[in-house]
Formats: sequence, structure tokens, C-alpha cells
Amino acid sequence: MENLLELKNISKIYGGLKALDNVSLNVRKGEWLAIMGPSGSGKSTMMNIVGCLDKPSTGEVFFDGKDVSKESGKKLTELHRDKIGLVFQQFHLINYLNAVENVMVAQYYHSMPDEQEALEALERVGLKDRAKHLPSQLSGGEQQRVCIARAIINSPQLILADEPTGNLDEANENIVLDIFRRLHKEGTTLVVVTHDPEVGEVAQRIVRLEHGKIVSDRENEHFTD
Amino acid sequence: MNKKRKMFIRMIVASLVRRRSRMIVALLAIIVGATILSGLGLIYFDVPRQMSSQFRSYGANIIIAPESDGDVSYEKLQKSITYFPSNELEGYTPYRYENSKIHNMPVTLAGTDLGSVLKTSPYWHIDGELPAKNGEALIGAKLAESLGISKGESVSTVNTFEITGEMESIDIPDYEKYTDPETGETHCDHTLDLTISGILETGGSEEEYIYISLEDVEYLTLSKRGYDIVEVSVASIKDKLSEYTEKISKDIDGIKAKLVKRVTASESSVLSKLQALVFIVTAVVLVLTMICVATTMAAVIAERRREIGLRKALGAFNSSIVGQFMGEGLLLGAVGGILGSVLGFLFAQYVSQHVFSSPITFRPLLIPITIVASVIVTGTACLMPIKSAVEVDPALVLKGE
Repeated sequence: MENLLELKNISKIYGGLKALDNVSLNVRKGEWLAIMGPSGSGKSTMMNIVGCLDKPSTGEVFFDGKDVSKESGKKLTELHRDKIGLVFQQFHLINYLNAVENVMVAQYYHSMPDEQEALEALERVGLKDRAKHLPSQLSGGEQQRVCIARAIINSPQLILADEPTGNLDEANENIVLDIFRRLHKEGTTLVVVTHDPEVGEVAQRIVRLEHGKIVSDRENEHFTD
Repeated sequence: MNKKRKMFIRMIVASLVRRRSRMIVALLAIIVGATILSGLGLIYFDVPRQMSSQFRSYGANIIIAPESDGDVSYEKLQKSITYFPSNELEGYTPYRYENSKIHNMPVTLAGTDLGSVLKTSPYWHIDGELPAKNGEALIGAKLAESLGISKGESVSTVNTFEITGEMESIDIPDYEKYTDPETGETHCDHTLDLTISGILETGGSEEEYIYISLEDVEYLTLSKRGYDIVEVSVASIKDKLSEYTEKISKDIDGIKAKLVKRVTASESSVLSKLQALVFIVTAVVLVLTMICVATTMAAVIAERRREIGLRKALGAFNSSIVGQFMGEGLLLGAVGGILGSVLGFLFAQYVSQHVFSSPITFRPLLIPITIVASVIVTGTACLMPIKSAVEVDPALVLKGE
């Protein structure tokens, strides 16, 4: 299968610290990849580079066949705006906008806001009836589903999730993972950064990071689509 | 309006309305600044009119006099008065001076329109009453003291005429004719009996005259002529007063109108100092407003670093971040400006009523000026905090660093 993302010999150095050390990784289109590892292993750094929010110190990043590691900040902004949907552990909803408005913000920067489409995205995550609620009026699980609706509204090629269930209870964790399964079935590429084995083990492929290096990269034999 | 612009406005309004507890300090600062700007602006432009009315209590500010010898005729006076707008003309008082004698002492009589004299000399302090009819007189305190005359007393003022030539054949009733034994000249004395209705106290040269009606002067002197001087009180600014006097002097032959420098110069000096004070206070308040708004916006932006990071992660360019915060600041400035314009008018009205005892003149132009100034001040105050907003690194703030 064709690669959506290719990291070639990536290193990221902060001061004297190597957060990523000569890492190479390919992510195939439509693949569900989990990046696992303990705190300080370089997961977040890798997520920022994969999500084009940061540039590597050395190495190359190819997104859909195009080298983006030398691109300007503006080009990178356009790339993660158009092709990547982000899901955060802390949800990062804008607290003075209601659920549907939070989804529309992603449309606003991408193309043209459309409330109907935003409501449909909320419907996909089962939150249409909570569209007019402010984040403070939603539970943690509901906020994360709004975050997912915001990530998928522009039909990105890649969904990048950073500890998406880190702040959720088991019931909400299952809801979120079910949404990921559905997205994967629809052909969306998913990269999920997590330290939770239960979340990692539902992915199609599992990459383990330690001290900035990939220590294992395996297909999940228990993966069920 | 396209959907993008609608969403922009929706976000800005939501930010201000749903985060009102955060923005209230900035809004209050803008309202205070706009209120002071609008209020002091109204006072600044209204002070000349207000002060001009106040200064009128210090007496006339224009004098009309004959250009050389002669007098100011009734017709010329009436014509010159038409040069002053009726809403500015407080009053005018003509004076005709004549020499006479009381108790054989020389005195100067000032024939005037006793009904209008207080309009041009409101500072006069009268012990008693102004003369209400012919045959009554107001006497200056200094003169009254030297003549030993007191209020309510009757005195006779005497004019002596030398009868010469044709006048000898004229039969003058009520006049006592006699021949001076030393010179052989024929004279006649005419006496006018006056009741002193009041004593005039001003502390100035006015205390050296006797004020009677113009009719009594004509009766006593047996002659009807124009006025020696006319005092005019006009509630207007110095430039306009100068314009009026120049026109009158140029257009009407034989008379000259001039400013009473003592009054107009001090009025002009006080006015310019007062206006400078108002200007400085307004400028200081605007600077303080700007500092307060800038501080508040800096706090707001620091508080919203994660939101800025998120917006950048969602694809916002720096220009969009600037647009978002500048939009909020400018909307805040406009709302503060509108509220400040209204409150400023009420503030100016209160000040005017309590300081000048008259209502302020509403100037509609100050409303857009206040709103635009508030928007500019707020926009300027937002520049520095917004600069820090565009420097936010989304990768760092989204990880909570």
C-alpha cells in the first residue's frame, strides 16, 4: 500500500537533549498506527513533527510523497490545515464557543464555515443534540467527541490523536475507540500516540519508542476491523 | 455577508459576550476614556460660549464712541446694534455726559437708559433702588459722600446758560434770567429737582457720577443730542467680537467700535488656559485608558495562549490571529465609544449645570469623533499584546508548556 507519511532519519534536538534520534518510519494510507512509549520517550516530539507543527533538526519528512521538512511555516500551516485532523488529550475546545461553533472554527480556517456540515460531523460522533452547549456544559467524553468532530470536519487524510483517551473514563474511552474504528473503516489514516496499552492494542500496527528511538515496530495480530 | 465573515463576527461577539467578566475591565476603561473625551470635548467647545456669558457679569466688552468730536446719534446706534446676533447681544447702554452743579459744586451728570444699565453693568451694587421715573437719580458713593447727600434726599441740580444774541429774545419759561453785575452778561439758571433713589457702589470711577434719565438731561440742558459713549455687552468669543467692531467702524461713518481690552484680554487669557487644561486632562486620560486597555489585553492574550496555539494548529495564519484579537479590541472600542458618547454628554451636562448654571450645547459631530478615537486608542493599545500573540508556538502551548 502507498505511504502517506515517510520519516527518514529524523532527529530532533532541544538544547543538548536528543528527543528523537535518527528515527525512520513509514505510515501507509488507511493504516491505523499506535505510537507507544513511556513519558519522555519522544512520542510528543514525533507527533508534532508528523503533524507538521514542528520541524526536525535533521532528516526528511515526506507527506503524500512530498518533502515537507524544508517547507516554510506558512506552507506547513497550510498542510496541517488541509490534510491533518488533530485530537488532543486536553480536548482544547475554545471555551466561549459552543460545540457546533468549535467544529466550525476548523472549517473557518480551512475553507468556508457551514453550520449544517458541522452539525452532521457532530451527528457522526453522536452529539448533535448537544450542539449548542458550551464546553463547560459538556462531560469530558463529550468534549473529546467534539474534538474528534472538529478533526474530521475537513475530511483530512490523516487523523493524529495525542493520548485521546487520557482524560476519559472507560465508557467514554470505548466510544472514542469505536469512532476511530469507524473512521479507519472509512479509509482514514490514524496515528494515535498513547501510553495506554488498551488503546495501543486496538491499532493495526504498534510502534514503540524509548529514549527517542524506535525499539519495536510490529503489526497487531489481534487487530480486528 | 459571506459565511466566513459571519463566522468571524460570531467568534468576536461570542468572545466578548460569553467572556464578559474578563473583558469588563477593558470595556470600563474604554468607557471612562470615551466619557472623558466626549464630555470634556463638549465642554472644550462650549467653554467659550459659557465663559463669555459668565464674563458678562464683569461689564460691557465693547464700547461705541464718536470717531472724533461729536456724538453717536440714535440712528447710528440702532444701526450698529444690528451687527450683533440677537442671541449673543446681552444688552447695550448709551451714556450722555453733562456738567452741572449741586450745592454750587460742579458735578457730572450721566444721562442713560436706566432700564438697561444693569445689563451692561451687572456688577453695580446699589444701596436703594435704581431710578424708576424721571426726577429720580442714582448717585455714586464717592460723590454722595463729598456732597453730603444720602439716600432718599432731594437735591437740586442747576445748569447755567449764558444768553447771547438770538437767545435774548427767546422767552424761556421756568428759567430764571439774571445779569451778572461784574461782567454785564445775561445768564439764566435752570434747576432740576431730583430725589436720590439709591447710592451706587462699584469701587471704581462710576462712583463719581450722578445717573439720571436721558429725558431729564435733555430737560435740564435744553438740548437733544446723541450719546457720548455706548457700552455693549456681547456674549461671544474674542475673534468674533473683533470682527463685529471692525465691521461697525468700517461701515458706519463717524463712530468707532472697540473692544474693552481689560475685559476681552483677561477673558481670552482665562479661556485659553481653561481650554489647555481640558485638552491636557483629556490627553492624560486617553493615555491612561490606552495603558489600561493594553494591560488588560496583554492579560487576556496570556490567558488565551492555548486558544491561539489551537487556532494555529487548526491552520490559522498570523494575520488571522491578529484579525481575531484586533477585531475584538476594535469592537470593544466601538462599544465603549458609543456608551462613552452618551455618558460624556450626561457628564458634560452635569458639569455645565453645576459650574456654569446653563445647559451644554449638544454637538452631534462629537459622537463619531469619540467612537473613532476610542477605536484608534483601543487598536493602538492592542498592538503590543497582539504582537506577542502571533509569537505563540502551537506545539508548545498544546502540550501545556
